[in-house]
Amino acid sequence: MIELRHLTRVYAGVPVVDDVSLNVPEGEITALVGTSGSGKTTLLRMINRLVEPTTGQVLIGGQDVAGQPVHLLRRRIGYVIQGVGLFPHHSVARNIATVPRLLGWPSAQIGARVDELLQLFQLDPATFRNRMPHQLSGGQAQRVGVARALAARPDLLLLDEPFGALDAIGRARAQADLRGVQRQLGTTMILVTHDINEAVQLGDRIAVMDHGRILQHDRPERILTDPATPFVQALIGPGERAFHLLSLSAVLGMTQPGQAQGPAIPREASLRDALAECLWSGRDALPVEGGGIVTLAALRAHARQAPE
Amino acid sequence: MSRPGVLFALLGIAGLFLPLVHLRPNRIVPGEGITLTAGFATGPLIAVGLAAILIAGCLGRWSPGLRTAAALLGLVGVISSLGLAAGHLLPKGNGLARVAPASGFWLLLAAFAFMLADGLTRLRPSVAASWLILAGVLVLAAALLGSGMLAQVSVMREYATRRGPFLAETQTHLALAFGSLGLALAVGLPLGVAIYLTARARGPVLTVLNIVQTIPSLALFGIMIPLLGWIATLPGADRLGVSGIGSFPALIALFLYALLPVVSNTLSGLQGVPLPVREAALGLGMTRGQLLAQVLIPLALPSLLAAVRIVLVQNIGLAVIAGLIGGGGFGTFVFQGLNQTAMDLVLLGALPTIALALLAGIVMDLLLGMSRGAQA
Repeated sequence: MIELRHLTRVYAGVPVVDDVSLNVPEGEITALVGTSGSGKTTLLRMINRLVEPTTGQVLIGGQDVAGQPVHLLRRRIGYVIQGVGLFPHHSVARNIATVPRLLGWPSAQIGARVDELLQLFQLDPATFRNRMPHQLSGGQAQRVGVARALAARPDLLLLDEPFGALDAIGRARAQADLRGVQRQLGTTMILVTHDINEAVQLGDRIAVMDHGRILQHDRPERILTDPATPFVQALIGPGERAFHLLSLSAVLGMTQPGQAQGPAIPREASLRDALAECLWSGRDALPVEGGGIVTLAALRAHARQAPE
Repeated sequence: MSRPGVLFALLGIAGLFLPLVHLRPNRIVPGEGITLTAGFATGPLIAVGLAAILIAGCLGRWSPGLRTAAALLGLVGVISSLGLAAGHLLPKGNGLARVAPASGFWLLLAAFAFMLADGLTRLRPSVAASWLILAGVLVLAAALLGSGMLAQVSVMREYATRRGPFLAETQTHLALAFGSLGLALAVGLPLGVAIYLTARARGPVLTVLNIVQTIPSLALFGIMIPLLGWIATLPGADRLGVSGIGSFPALIALFLYALLPVVSNTLSGLQGVPLPVREAALGLGMTRGQLLAQVLIPLALPSLLAAVRIVLVQNIGLAVIAGLIGGGGFGTFVFQGLNQTAMDLVLLGALPTIALALLAGIVMDLLLGMSRGAQA
């Protein structure tokens, strides 16, 4: 559990983060979402002490981070930033090995860990181990950046706009990869983003920030169906709300018995995908792979679902 | 048609019509000019050969390799003509007469040197090949000097009578240039890192160094003579080698001139490291020392080597001024020569200075290319 207690950071008399308290549960992705200047990056950087709080505490596993040598603290926390920041003079393997080397792991163990991570991110170790950063595509560099942050098996990973530099296709792929890796490793992640879509896609919980304060901290469906303030509502965008909500659930949970025409949709596709398919092919119901159907009427009902 | 080739040809052919050498009854009085064609028996033949290379160089379709080889051949031809002319023209048994290189020689030398530089630029050799070419040219130069072919040329006659002092002054010159570089690196690198880390000190430090840089070298020596002379009177100072004149103030002056390039290149090299790289290094848990040693300094290395190149070439040239205040080095010959109006003696100081600066510049460029290649 990561506990932020009454964190405040003041720059030149102006509070950038203003008395923020937040509990981040272990093993989940928490998305900090807000416009630029909302204080989300500053809040994130106070966790690994790249920014020191003016007042307040950060507790990781019950321990105040302020009491620990800062470089030792950071070696236990993964950190990924928008520009990736791979060391241009080091190979991919050496980049990934950064924290294990700082921690003094034996070299055989480092080599094995590097290969393991490259495989985890679907980069062939034999091909990529000795590449230099300038030989990588944006998406590959971004994956190496995440692999580097995960190298020493941190319990906590901080991500600051990690996909900001990628194009739409690369971003979708990177988001799916991150989700998969998180499910596999169970790492606690805190993700800063300005993109509500990304927050909904990735966040088990979303914290919406504005003017240095957290306006709402909840599960994505609650944020979507029951926005706490007009700002949260505006951030979601009323026109997008229904689609965000549909994107949160898989077809699997909505199947009902019956028969339908046309090609089948995978069970793990989202309801949003199912709706798009209904509209595009002009069908009122779609067969689901493995049996059953999903109907346009059911999708419509789900999207209108009022908060319980 | 090669436009640079035409320029080199005009330069070189003008050189063929101007006197290759001056024949003088002794080392001080002016003498009569003698062209290459009139200099010695095979002179006309060599002149025709050189003219042929120059005219052929005007054609655009030569391969860069051929152009380079032709330029080298031309250089060897011009330099050996000088030696041959000297050997032929000097009256036997006359120890006073001198044969000195004249305007024609310098123009021809310049024409082929430019042609060589042009050829090499187009050839774009790899770094390894560049080292080989450099080694080849050095061996060739050593062979020309060592063969005794040039022994009768005025500058070499001056050298022959000053072999011992020449070697000593060479050592002093190198010690001044490299010593001041070493001092500047020892002080400038930490200073550059320090003003990178503390932005507030940046302006004042760079301003002071900029002012130092603008003080003319003679004025700087002028200031230092009384200043260091006074420090030298303090107890123990003379044992450290502190004095108002001699090589100590020369070393200090060269060190001061070297500081600005070292400090400003260190700073700009460090500032050139992308912000995300710095942030990532700190965020992953590097200490400040590790950040500097593992990330910032390796990435600033090309900029640091560029500073070493600037300083080395600059100080090899500037060290000549040390001769004025008894600091030694090649400047000793230059100023002695000026006092005695003996141009041959001036050349004995000037030519090795130019050669050394050129060599240092080329070697540093190659090292710079290697460091950039290593991290590109």
